[in-house]
Amino acid sequence: MPFAIPKTIYTGKIKEVVLGRGPKAITVGGETSYPFHLFEGEMPHPPRIALEVYDTPPDNWAEAALEPYRDVIGDPVAWAKKAAEVYGADLIALQLISTDPNGLNAPSDQATETAKKVAAAVEIPVIVNGSGSPDKDAELLRKVAEACDGMNLVISPVVEENYKQIGAGAIAYKHTVAANSPIDINLAKQLNILLGNLGVPDRQVIVDPTTGGLGYGIEYTYSVMERDRMAALTQQDERLQFPIICNMAKEVWKTKEAKAKTEDAPLLGDAARRGIIMEAMTATLLLLAGADVLVMRHPEAVRLVREMIKDFSA
Amino acid sequence: MALTGIQIFKLLPKTNCGECGVPTCLAFAMNLAAAKAELASCPYISEESKTLLSEASAPPIRPVVIGSGENVVKIGGETVLFRHEKTFVNKPGVALLISDTMPADEVDERIKRFNLLKYEWIGLVLRAELIAVRNESGDTGKFEALVKKIMDGSDAALILMSESADALKAALQVSAQRVPLIYAATDGNTDAMVALAKEYKCPLVAKAANLDELTALTDKIGAAGIKDIVLDGGARTVRGAFEEQVFVRRAALIQKNRSLGFSTIAFPCEMTKDPMKEALIAATLIAKYAGIIVLSDFQGESLFPLLVARLNIYTDPQRPMMMQQGIYPIGNPNEDSPVLITTNFALTYFIVSGEIEASRVPSWLMVMDTEGLSVLTAWAAGKFVGDAIGQFVKKSGITEKVKQRKIVIPGFVAAVSGDLEEELGPEWEVRIGPREAAHLAPFLKQGV
Repeated sequence: MPFAIPKTIYTGKIKEVVLGRGPKAITVGGETSYPFHLFEGEMPHPPRIALEVYDTPPDNWAEAALEPYRDVIGDPVAWAKKAAEVYGADLIALQLISTDPNGLNAPSDQATETAKKVAAAVEIPVIVNGSGSPDKDAELLRKVAEACDGMNLVISPVVEENYKQIGAGAIAYKHTVAANSPIDINLAKQLNILLGNLGVPDRQVIVDPTTGGLGYGIEYTYSVMERDRMAALTQQDERLQFPIICNMAKEVWKTKEAKAKTEDAPLLGDAARRGIIMEAMTATLLLLAGADVLVMRHPEAVRLVREMIKDFSA
Repeated sequence: MALTGIQIFKLLPKTNCGECGVPTCLAFAMNLAAAKAELASCPYISEESKTLLSEASAPPIRPVVIGSGENVVKIGGETVLFRHEKTFVNKPGVALLISDTMPADEVDERIKRFNLLKYEWIGLVLRAELIAVRNESGDTGKFEALVKKIMDGSDAALILMSESADALKAALQVSAQRVPLIYAATDGNTDAMVALAKEYKCPLVAKAANLDELTALTDKIGAAGIKDIVLDGGARTVRGAFEEQVFVRRAALIQKNRSLGFSTIAFPCEMTKDPMKEALIAATLIAKYAGIIVLSDFQGESLFPLLVARLNIYTDPQRPMMMQQGIYPIGNPNEDSPVLITTNFALTYFIVSGEIEASRVPSWLMVMDTEGLSVLTAWAAGKFVGDAIGQFVKKSGITEKVKQRKIVIPGFVAAVSGDLEEELGPEWEVRIGPREAAHLAPFLKQGV
């Protein structure tokens, strides 16, 4: 008896969202099946990769992560250009970490200025990440939205505590919001509903489910994303049919296993390759769970993940 | 196809004798349906019913055991497509390839790495279990000698890979007590391989070029009396291997296809020459259903992330990973070092201990058993509240380790500080830490 492929019947589709503007704008989403299940559906836009750019010199990074950016650290514009032109990023993910109230607590005007310069310096779409402090981000990201009027940035993270302020800015100045909830499908859906009620158009929303790195909670993110896609594609849960972004690099590279030097942890092998593999492996698992945009750090990890995306679709 | 309790009840003797341990046949039927009872507990069931029920209750993906002694690899037995639907149960075995054409010192190095690369992780030991021994030389004596050498040098469960039934027979004669997996039966050699599997009571890989041919092959092997089968559908590209795994798992679980109701073996080692990419392909096959994953080599930088990925994906989503309750020293603390407390949800511990370590402020981290709940959840459940924390601190023996009497609690449970101070008495001062672990470093650097 010939083998008949057991196919899943899908009733939903992920919405298509355009990020950025002009000739280098990109479209994400549009899937009509589980990730890379190309025998039973379509994935019209392959997952995209953003490279991180920090607005202030990073503290305590692994040598391998620092090495590709050593000449541009402290200059976010040069960093963004290098990420775009040398390392071929699809997007820039600007991390405005200087604004963290528990860190440097830099004024939001200064960070807004940085965001404006970076967004103007590259043609590819730009994700602007606040520090994750809901209050400070409300102020900062509203200013960024205004200063970059019409550039269709991804404004991130937008959480339940500040979605009104930031959402209003995204509507007024035409940006996409990354709706961020704490690894919970119901809270993710709730925030998408709130953003819809506020008047943020669906074509300006992507979902950030909160990402755990390999060994540090990736299984939670993985399963929330799988459940999200199952609800979106097979249960017609329209409020979950959004592309997914995973802000993952910082979660991978902050772990002690990614930072440990070769000589300090001989069983963990070569430090540089280990960090790259940990990042690329986290990315691979997130792709299988349904990521549309991955925020990454090491160019070599990006190269590997791009090859995997190509091979999955070959 | 799983039967309902009522369907099972109809096949039982309906005597309500109670000898199975529950008072009625209906109750027993319900337990059977929920897999909480064994059919063998019923002394009066008819042979006919027994056959019907055991066929119906056979797992959709047959569990297979490879290896013996301490290092036994159990694969198969899975019941879901997505881990959140229940859980994945039997972690895929990870295998190191060793060929009988490799130079002796290379073989020694590989055996050494196989033995050495083990990792402690939340009280577990992460390790690879298998060595795939490949007869590339075509020489029976070399193959047999290599199998012996690997058995002497390691506790590895074995996969014996050869196209020659004679070479496999020679290897099985020296290794059968370790229950190796035989690789592989194909359409051309089925009879010889089935004979070996029978004679040495070992599981057998069925290998075909595609799933049509594989279905025919497993039917043939099954008809010859071999039940412990592992599948190789032949795909050696990333997309092909991914799809093959999805098709086989769906066939077994959704179509109830008995011909493909087996675990699988996959070969990232034959899909790329780049070891970093090989690790990513292996991770893909962990997430997507492989039973055994054969790697071209082991290096710490790729094996460690892979073993962690395997643990993560195979963690039961309904049971949180937990730390043992206790006092964990971080960075050689002394009697004046700060004392912090958190819950025993493994992830909480990981994140908090990681941030303390990053702060480079030597500290004592007290981990309290909250049944694996995170800080806020444990607080909401009444398990991480003032009097409970106080009792734990008093019994923990922390006063033998430190002279100072300040304890830092997570910012999210600031509300319990009053109760905790009351429980601990005036000697202690309760300090409220940051809400997020990420803010611990500046907090600790300021001095507690």
